[in-house]
Amino acid sequence: MPRKIVIWVVLAALVVTFVGVLGARMAEGAVLPEIILGPLGLTDALFYLFAAMTFAGAATVALSKNILHSALGLLAALMGTGSLYVFLSADFLAVTQLLVYIGGVLVLILFAVMLTNRITEVKISNASLGLVGGGALLVATVPVLVFVAIATPWATIVPAELAPTTREIGNAFLTRWLLPFELASLVLLATLIGAVVIARKELKQDEPDTSVS
Amino acid sequence: MLHVGLQHFLVVGALLFSLGLLTVATRRNAIGVLMGVELILNGANVNFVAFNHYVTGGVSGQVFALFVIVLAAAEAAVGLAIVLAIFQTFRSIDVRLADTMRE
Repeated sequence: MPRKIVIWVVLAALVVTFVGVLGARMAEGAVLPEIILGPLGLTDALFYLFAAMTFAGAATVALSKNILHSALGLLAALMGTGSLYVFLSADFLAVTQLLVYIGGVLVLILFAVMLTNRITEVKISNASLGLVGGGALLVATVPVLVFVAIATPWATIVPAELAPTTREIGNAFLTRWLLPFELASLVLLATLIGAVVIARKELKQDEPDTSVS
Repeated sequence: MLHVGLQHFLVVGALLFSLGLLTVATRRNAIGVLMGVELILNGANVNFVAFNHYVTGGVSGQVFALFVIVLAAAEAAVGLAIVLAIFQTFRSIDVRLADTMRE
């Protein structure tokens, strides 16, 4: 199974990188507590942990053959992303990610998986087309994006201290972003009605509608 | 003190985007395609929040990320409703089979 091999290679690369970074610190003469709290701070180690979790989850979504495993990989990726928001002092966004994405979208996706794959079916197929073409796509996009992200001299500022953002976000929503905020509620209403209309069972014309008295 | 900088978050966002693109391009299962779209939107969101924190300050980027989350939820609801409709019509959610607008 080449796909399985790819997954294991990715995971092994992650572990090797993590161990290699720790080993490099150790070779510099630091003892273990210093490694965790010293040059490589605890925050940094946590960042790498959550970034690895995000990446492993996304790789599972992209490569797993079982659609349920893909859904669980999506769970890991979304949780990892939500944790990364905390590092960027976006506490409200992190909680929103947890509530809306993991509590809403992911459960919705799992429902759809359960409804469209008959439970008795042994093989829950999630096969992919042309992994070669996909790999070529990956080779074409990843180096470009990573190079641009690293090589560009971004005009960074000194980040603000970590502080609750809920008050500012509420103010921004009801002053500067008021029109998009209201439009978003309209979109949600349209979505609600549209989803019900699309997903309901159509009644045949010759069948009497028994639900109407 | 955080040694991790803007570039680290941008790389995570780029990897999320690329893996989402791979998912969308190669999946045969319609639900898998929707998962790939969610990954792409998350990659974009990471970039929004990272630039907001390290470049602009304020909360505008976070507000935009919240709008993206709202629209992603709406997209998932409608997309999965369409998937269910396709399943009722074709008894399968293979995206290669759903190439006509009717039975």
